[in-house]
Amino acid sequence: MKIQVDERGYYGNFGGAFIPEMLYPNIEELRENYEQIVQAPDFQKQFNHLLRDFVGRPTPLYLAERLSEKYGAEIYLKREDLCHTGAHKVNNTVGQILLAQKLGKQKVIAETGAGQHGVATATVCALMGIECIVYMGEVDMARQKPNVERMRILGAEVRPATSGSKTLKDATNEAMRHWINNPTDTHYIIGSVVGPHPYPEMVARFQSVISKEIKAQLLEKKGKENPDYVIACVGGGSNAAGAFYHYYNEEDVQLVAVEAAGLGNHTGESAATTVLGKPGILHGSKTLLMQTEDGQVVEPYSISAGLDYPGIGPVHAHLFETGRAKFYSVTDEEAMKAGVLLSRTEGIIPAVESAHAFAALNQMTFNSSDVVVINLSGRGDKDLETYIKWGKY
Amino acid sequence: MNRIDKLFQDKKERVLNVYFTAGYPQLNDTTTILEALETSGADLIEIGIPYSDPIADGPTIQESNGVALENGMTLKVLFNQLKGIRDKVSVPIVLMGYVNPIVQFGVENFCAKCEEVGVDAVILPDLPMFEYLEIYKPMFEKHGLYNIFLITPQTSEARIRQIDENSNGFIYMVSSASTTGAKTSISLDQSDYFARVKNMNLKNPTLIGFGISNAETFDKACENANGAIIGSAFIKAISEEGNLEEKISGFVRSVIG
Repeated sequence: MKIQVDERGYYGNFGGAFIPEMLYPNIEELRENYEQIVQAPDFQKQFNHLLRDFVGRPTPLYLAERLSEKYGAEIYLKREDLCHTGAHKVNNTVGQILLAQKLGKQKVIAETGAGQHGVATATVCALMGIECIVYMGEVDMARQKPNVERMRILGAEVRPATSGSKTLKDATNEAMRHWINNPTDTHYIIGSVVGPHPYPEMVARFQSVISKEIKAQLLEKKGKENPDYVIACVGGGSNAAGAFYHYYNEEDVQLVAVEAAGLGNHTGESAATTVLGKPGILHGSKTLLMQTEDGQVVEPYSISAGLDYPGIGPVHAHLFETGRAKFYSVTDEEAMKAGVLLSRTEGIIPAVESAHAFAALNQMTFNSSDVVVINLSGRGDKDLETYIKWGKY
Repeated sequence: MNRIDKLFQDKKERVLNVYFTAGYPQLNDTTTILEALETSGADLIEIGIPYSDPIADGPTIQESNGVALENGMTLKVLFNQLKGIRDKVSVPIVLMGYVNPIVQFGVENFCAKCEEVGVDAVILPDLPMFEYLEIYKPMFEKHGLYNIFLITPQTSEARIRQIDENSNGFIYMVSSASTTGAKTSISLDQSDYFARVKNMNLKNPTLIGFGISNAETFDKACENANGAIIGSAFIKAISEEGNLEEKISGFVRSVIG
């Protein structure tokens, strides 16, 4: 079984392009052009140049010795937290802003939850001198104030999404509505491996630099490209898709996806889509979706705004359904503890999203010879408030 | 014969299609609104199935969706309300909604219920054409249900032809690049698009929707198509204070004279 997208945008049973006719020309334009644009040598040259000199790639693959000792395996951290703007999100926005330029678009819109993707989008728009509007749920704007101001300093307009639950899902709805109303001059930079085809595959490809680098770095350090495990947290799933991408079809590598269980999967306050979701359609793709029995989308909960999404990228729904990836879920409390543990054993305060990936180590057992790579997708600066509020350190 | 075909056989111009959201303003207003619309002169009625994430809709219809869901509207409730509706209402009824609630209800089951209560067609804006053709079409046909496609000013001529080929009933012409209720007028730059579609001599009738809100815009739309669809403006009208039936007849009269 090969993990790959088909020409309709499906990974097995999941994916597709469930969009209103108003967006059909936009999506077609992207679908018809993006592969050719992205594969062109001048695009690759510009993309790689920006990843190196602007983002700061390659990011280190760091052997976490004290953490390794604690869990009895050889644990490496892929340091996406060291990317410019503080997380992996910028890998995708650099790619998409170049694509937007090639498509002749003068304006960019984006949605954001915690504000990381919004900041990464505002950053590349500033870099290229392109007008930028970021939709953000009114509730998220209030709880992620520093990121709102970062976007504004960078020159972006932050528009509150005031519909529905006023969080990430609604910001995405508003961005899509904006695109419907402005179809010709605007490019929509989706921040995760979600949305209608070709977005999930396109975003995954831009993020796949993560696993490409892991392979090269492991080869150098260990004399082999493949670890035994690759572990990443999953909200929509862009950092996981990037970390898994070049390992999708390497069967000797166990892929591990970690979802946010919030207060617990049976409390009604969780964001663990593979546990609580059923197949459904949201934001243009068929995927696993948290919903009522009548098909209304349910508002998820997690302490981490970046994992607080009722769906999951279609590729992850496929990895789950086929058993290619093993899924764990981790509560707020477990994630926060893991964040503090990493801070104290390795001197790295992780983003609360990334802390979920580390908490899964407690649910796994290893042989001492196992090589484990954890994608440390973002740094914890933005979450200081959350750590302080939690307070148990 | 499908009621929609019968309608367009008898009436080729100034066909008025009015949209309302099921369960709004009150959960049990559905039959009252249907009857009042028919009595007032609506030729075709579109019932919106409320959804938590209606991405093609502007604020007015979003809000009515939210209220309807809070009121407890579901597909089960709606089909119960529509039982026996054909004893009271004879104009064609179209259900409009997003695809996820239909998928959860079960597509086959949904089609059977539509046939049972007398629904003539369905509009699912986020259902891609190829999904419809490959998966939904046999079930729709089995239950005599039409699928209504949308076209927009950005839809290519080749695709309009393809849509016309695969359509029954009528084609929904979205007047401009927008969500519902975003615009309250029809501008001159749309006339190119209207003329272009008119000159294609499609086999299906066309109804223009989005931005149709009053007599002036209705008349303008009717110059360019077989009729028009009003949604947001009607929702606004029934949101105001007063007797529901009087508001409905007052609104329809203000549009068609």
